[in-house]
Amino acid sequence: MNTMVKVSDIVPAAEAHAPEHGTKVVARDVNVYYGEKRALFDVSLDIPARSVMALIGPSGCGKSTFLRCLNRMNDTIPIARVTGRIEIDGRDIHSADLDVVQLRANVGMVFQKPNPFPKSIYENVAYGPRIHGLARSKSELDGVVESSLRRAGLWEEVKDRLGDSGTGLSGGQQQRLCIARAIAVSPEVILMDEPCSALDPIATAKIEELMDELRENYTIVIVTHSMQQAARVSQRTAFFHLGILVETGPTEKIFTNPSDKKTQDYITGRFG
Amino acid sequence: MGLLYFSGVAVLVVVGFLFGRSRAALAERTEPLHSRPNYHGAFVALSILIPMVLLFAIGVPIANHVTETEALNAYDPQIAGDQLRRGAVLRDIVALANERYAGQPSEALRRAADTYASLRAWSIYLIICGGIVFALLGIAFSLRTLSARFRARNRVEAVVKWTLFAAACVAVLTTIGIVASVVFETIRFFDRVSPIDFLFGLHWSPQTAIRADQGGSSGSFGIVPLVTGTLLITVIAMLIAGPIGLFAAIYMAEYATPRFRNFAKPVLEILAGIPTVVLGFFAALTLAPLIRASGEALGLNVASESALAAGIVMGMMIIPFVSSLSDDVINAVPQSLRDGSYAMGATKSETIKKVVLPAAFGGIVSAFMLAISRAVGETMIVVMAAGLAGNLTFNPLEAVTTFTVQIKTILVGDQEFDSAKTLSAFALGFVLFFFTLTLNVIALQIVKRYREQYD
Ligand SMILES: Nc1ncnc2c1ncn2[C@@H]1O[C@H](COP(=O)(O)OP(=O)(O)OP(=O)(O)O)[C@@H](O)[C@H]1O
Ligand SMILES: [Mg+2]
Repeated sequence: MNTMVKVSDIVPAAEAHAPEHGTKVVARDVNVYYGEKRALFDVSLDIPARSVMALIGPSGCGKSTFLRCLNRMNDTIPIARVTGRIEIDGRDIHSADLDVVQLRANVGMVFQKPNPFPKSIYENVAYGPRIHGLARSKSELDGVVESSLRRAGLWEEVKDRLGDSGTGLSGGQQQRLCIARAIAVSPEVILMDEPCSALDPIATAKIEELMDELRENYTIVIVTHSMQQAARVSQRTAFFHLGILVETGPTEKIFTNPSDKKTQDYITGRFG
Repeated sequence: MGLLYFSGVAVLVVVGFLFGRSRAALAERTEPLHSRPNYHGAFVALSILIPMVLLFAIGVPIANHVTETEALNAYDPQIAGDQLRRGAVLRDIVALANERYAGQPSEALRRAADTYASLRAWSIYLIICGGIVFALLGIAFSLRTLSARFRARNRVEAVVKWTLFAAACVAVLTTIGIVASVVFETIRFFDRVSPIDFLFGLHWSPQTAIRADQGGSSGSFGIVPLVTGTLLITVIAMLIAGPIGLFAAIYMAEYATPRFRNFAKPVLEILAGIPTVVLGFFAALTLAPLIRASGEALGLNVASESALAAGIVMGMMIIPFVSSLSDDVINAVPQSLRDGSYAMGATKSETIKKVVLPAAFGGIVSAFMLAISRAVGETMIVVMAAGLAGNLTFNPLEAVTTFTVQIKTILVGDQEFDSAKTLSAFALGFVLFFFTLTLNVIALQIVKRYREQYD
């Protein structure tokens, strides 16, 4: 794609093509159609391992759609159709011998709208470890639940009422519960769709801290509408507009010296 | 005369509405209105409708009463005290006044009929004239009240509110009335048969001697066999309908392609629409012999009318209730919950078992309870397939009987209205009512508990 060429012209080749820990996710010519409507146009994007990749762009540009491609959640939308190639650790996620259940266990997701299960807080977090048999004993499971809630910055608020319904929490608490639920199974890739849109600054800071920490071992893709957040947490940023990946590169470069006029306009708040 | 009167009301109301509306529309050209012209029209229409209907509702009974009393007086002033004769004479008077009296009327009767006819003519005349006067007053009143700033909308809304309130009252009062009459008759029954014998008696045979000199049974009214019979059939029905209905609902909501759903849903609705009489003779003529034959092949002794046949067919009857209600509640579980579960790497059946069904639990319970109430209240199938014998048994291969069947059996045919036998039907009805009420209360409690937890 045109803009991609431009990016690699300017960015030194070493930095663009040899990420520190290799490339975790490779997307090539990904198109998504919702019925007749095309939502993504030939998106090709590399996501380096053990780093945070931020997806930014105006509302409706296809960020969530792209995110859902990576764990094949578009399969659950009957009218959605995905073409193109996506590889995680070199394996094509659309290949017939890949088990989608396995894929999703490895690629966790936090949704744009918090969707805790109508179960207790404890059961919400224990859900993944239970179905994947990750904890051998009750005490081990207790440990997983506690550490996941701690890392999501929710433990102090809920430690005395783990038996209460997860749906009885506030919106921001629910979102952190969903984050705890997602990290409880230690997925290799974590997809976060605006995880902080319902959080106050303190909770947001905690989640950003968590992302920094998770980055040590995991690959994180985050959708955000906050330029500051993208700048703070991510190493690389991709800018989408109208279903097209306009520009991608190291975060500092996108924010200080974007090569595309549209990126410039968007990050300076001229549209979107 | 009712027809005439109310066609008049209808015409006046329509005219009043159109008039009020067009007047308001005219007024709107010079001055802004508080309420839309339609409300002005409705206000005029209501000013006509309400007094006219009230006049009819109050005037007609009064006029009838006066007419009847005067006619009876003209026949024989002493008659008022004698209820039985009063009714008979009144019938004769009305028949004669309508010229349908067979035979030679007496002088007194003829006089009474004349009084009746003339008073009736007068009351019709008065009510119609009164109606016209009221309509005119209504029009005058509404035209005086209506002005550009008049809040016709609020008035019309108030009338709507009170009309709805009246409808709610009628519904509540009817319920109270029915319950009260059942309770009253039940108390009369317990004057004759002790509640202890009724509730704990092991033998049901409601035949009582009709004349004192007649020999034979004095009737026994122990409902335990009916309770076991009802429970047995209901349990069999739920064992059939519960799993099948629920699994069908899960398949339809979670797995079926739209094409299959579009085909299967109407078919289930047809099953729900089959009259229970038809199901009943399917049970009696097809299923019961089949069960009997296969039972005998296994060396079992099967009654030709068995609880099993009735229970199975009853189960078939309530499958659509269970499945279509459960289907609705399963569909109401938000997709985001399923997505959350899939995104954790859960399979479809794990998601259904651990997320969808728990979230839909309250609704599914109420679907089951509704189905049980239907089963307990169902009569026709049991009459035809399970028999009338009040056997105290838990053996599904024997004939049993249920509450509803006994009520129906007792009240079919000519009855003496205060025999213990007849009254026992009310007592049965009361117990049945109490049972379904308890069921509903329990269901509501469960639904509420889970709703608190799950929304
Ligand atoms: N389930 C769906 N069915 C049909 N069209 C959809 C569906 N989901 C998304 N779309 C369409 O795809 C396009 C991209 O949507 P997407 O949700 O990916 O946007 P987004 O970038 O995440 O926006 P936002 O920032 O508002 O979340 C939109 O035009 C949207 O209307
Ligand atoms: Mg989105």
